[in-house]
Amino acid sequence: MRIVVLLKAVPVVGTEKMTGGWLLDRSAGLESNGNDEYVLEAGLKLVEAHGGELVTLTMGPSPATEAIRKALAMGAARAVQVVDEALAGSDALATGRVLAAALQRMEFDLALAGADTSDGQGGVVGAAVATRLGLPYLSYAAAIEPDPAAGTVRVRRISPTGYDVLEARMPALVAGTQLLGEPRYPSLRGIMQARSKQIATWSLADLGIDPASVGTPATWSAVLTATPPAQRAGATIVRDAPEAAVERIVEFLAARRLI
Amino acid sequence: MAGAIWAVCDMVDGLPTRHGRELATLTWALGRAASRPTASVLVGPGASAAADAIASHGPDVLAVDADPGERPIAAVTAERVAALIRERQPAYVLLGTSDDGRDTAGILQALLEWGALVNVSAVRWGDDGPVAEVSVFGGRLVTESRLTQDHGLIIVRPSAVAAEAAERPGGVERIDPAPGADLAPVRVVDRVGEASAAVSIEEATVIVAGGRGVGGPEGFGVVRDLADALGGAVGATRAVVDSGWIGYAHQIGQTGKSVKPQLYVAAGISGAIQHKVGMQTSGTIVAINKDPDAPIAEFADMMVVGDLFEILPRLTAAVRARRA
Ligand SMILES: Cc1cc2nc3c(=O)[nH]c(=O)nc-3n(C[C@H](O)[C@H](O)[C@H](O)COP(=O)(O)OP(=O)(O)OC[C@H]3O[C@@H](n4cnc5c(N)ncnc54)[C@H](O)[C@@H]3O)c2cc1C
Repeated sequence: MRIVVLLKAVPVVGTEKMTGGWLLDRSAGLESNGNDEYVLEAGLKLVEAHGGELVTLTMGPSPATEAIRKALAMGAARAVQVVDEALAGSDALATGRVLAAALQRMEFDLALAGADTSDGQGGVVGAAVATRLGLPYLSYAAAIEPDPAAGTVRVRRISPTGYDVLEARMPALVAGTQLLGEPRYPSLRGIMQARSKQIATWSLADLGIDPASVGTPATWSAVLTATPPAQRAGATIVRDAPEAAVERIVEFLAARRLI
Repeated sequence: MAGAIWAVCDMVDGLPTRHGRELATLTWALGRAASRPTASVLVGPGASAAADAIASHGPDVLAVDADPGERPIAAVTAERVAALIRERQPAYVLLGTSDDGRDTAGILQALLEWGALVNVSAVRWGDDGPVAEVSVFGGRLVTESRLTQDHGLIIVRPSAVAAEAAERPGGVERIDPAPGADLAPVRVVDRVGEASAAVSIEEATVIVAGGRGVGGPEGFGVVRDLADALGGAVGATRAVVDSGWIGYAHQIGQTGKSVKPQLYVAAGISGAIQHKVGMQTSGTIVAINKDPDAPIAEFADMMVVGDLFEILPRLTAAVRARRA
């Protein structure tokens, strides 16, 4: 099995900052996006079960390298990083375009993506990449079961009422969730080995993409204002014994017409 | 005339979801503010039958009775909506942040080369286009953004508005557009119903959520009882989902669902940032926690310091007594 994992490096949740031009500060402190680590783990298990190789694909600035090294330490064979100054400020549309162009130059049976990212919060890039490449798209995966002999993959997709079992021919793109399972920690040996693993860097020119079609100049969304949300008044603290506490909760809810 | 504003509304079991009705109401309000025509698009089996329900929210309805057969509904929807957008050229298309809504939006992005405003919690009509409010950076900032083009997708979270009947219903048009794309085939080989998954925490107006403090799967009994008494749904943290105490469908937070109920009761939940990002926009937050210093105290409206096993059953009884 040849697997490519789309891996985004994101600011640690809760520490995000903005730069001057309304952009998310990506100059330091990036880690792998949560959902991307779940699909990475699923991909590593598939390679362990079926043989083959797992490669990560990241679009992101140089500070993303730390997250990529961690993926290599977890077991990815090598990595591709699309780096270009013109990419700063890219929206989901541009990201889909770039990742599709990069994937097109790679060989794989399965491309795996996280269902969404903690910073972008769009959850649309996986579907867009698959559509651009004419790949079957199987999303919200709780389990991924390829059948290499048949050249097909089955995915358990979370549905509002349970789950659907989806099947498609490979190559395919699967977007996955936390239900794929907890990611492993890199071993010491893995960390040592990661140092000599290759991170190939590709530029927009390498991908034949016009820099004007990505990044801030091409974004479809322009921030007008950014303000802290309306603050809550601060919690009313209740330390009474249970009976009295419950009375106070009921009064509080009734005053707000919630019961 | 300036381009129309459309909503693409999800259906479940042949009925529009609450989220879908909200999108129709929001679209109607935007259309009024902008003096632009509006439409709600329903795609799927039973769309015609569901059309009147969604028409009551104001926009005209485009009902496409497409039978997905063995295909995922998002793919079928995206193909039809892409065809309709090309043919009728609306300016702005609203979709929901549901799994199917986001899949449909991603496919449309690629088919139409349309950009999107994503994860939107409110939309108003600005000077000459929609202005979207988005909660970013773990809720520490709220941005207002506009589209840089005169058209685009807007992907809206639940509870951006309350679904309301308009003063007059929209008209209903049944259509059968040829698919506007030929997506790579994916087959649904089985649809499995799970009782535990039949919760829609995103649609609930009251959520009672339990964390590690409930101590085990049985501990969710008191949580469930209070949720029942309040007519609400049961939520959970990742810690308890990982422990197998309750299903993932209940998980709220960064890698679970984002919710915005009127009332959020957090029992035995510490309030980690990854949980907070999924529920902090809730109307009223009441926390019950043994530890007065739990981070949730910083963003709750009421912090009850105590043992949830002593508080919840009494609260359930008090709520039931009031209702009786
Ligand atoms: C990539 C990633 C994604 C994540 N996504 C999510 C997510 O989507 N959702 C999510 O929730 N978390 C998520 N997390 C996990 C998150 O960091 C926390 O670990 C988790 O939210 C903690 O859950 P908890 O509050 O139930 O448990 P704890 O933090 O252990 O808190 C338990 C609380 O219960 C209280 N308590 C104990 N007993 C009682 C009692 N009898 N009565 C009253 N109070 C009691 C304690 O004082 C404590 O405050 C994610 C983490 C990562 C790394």
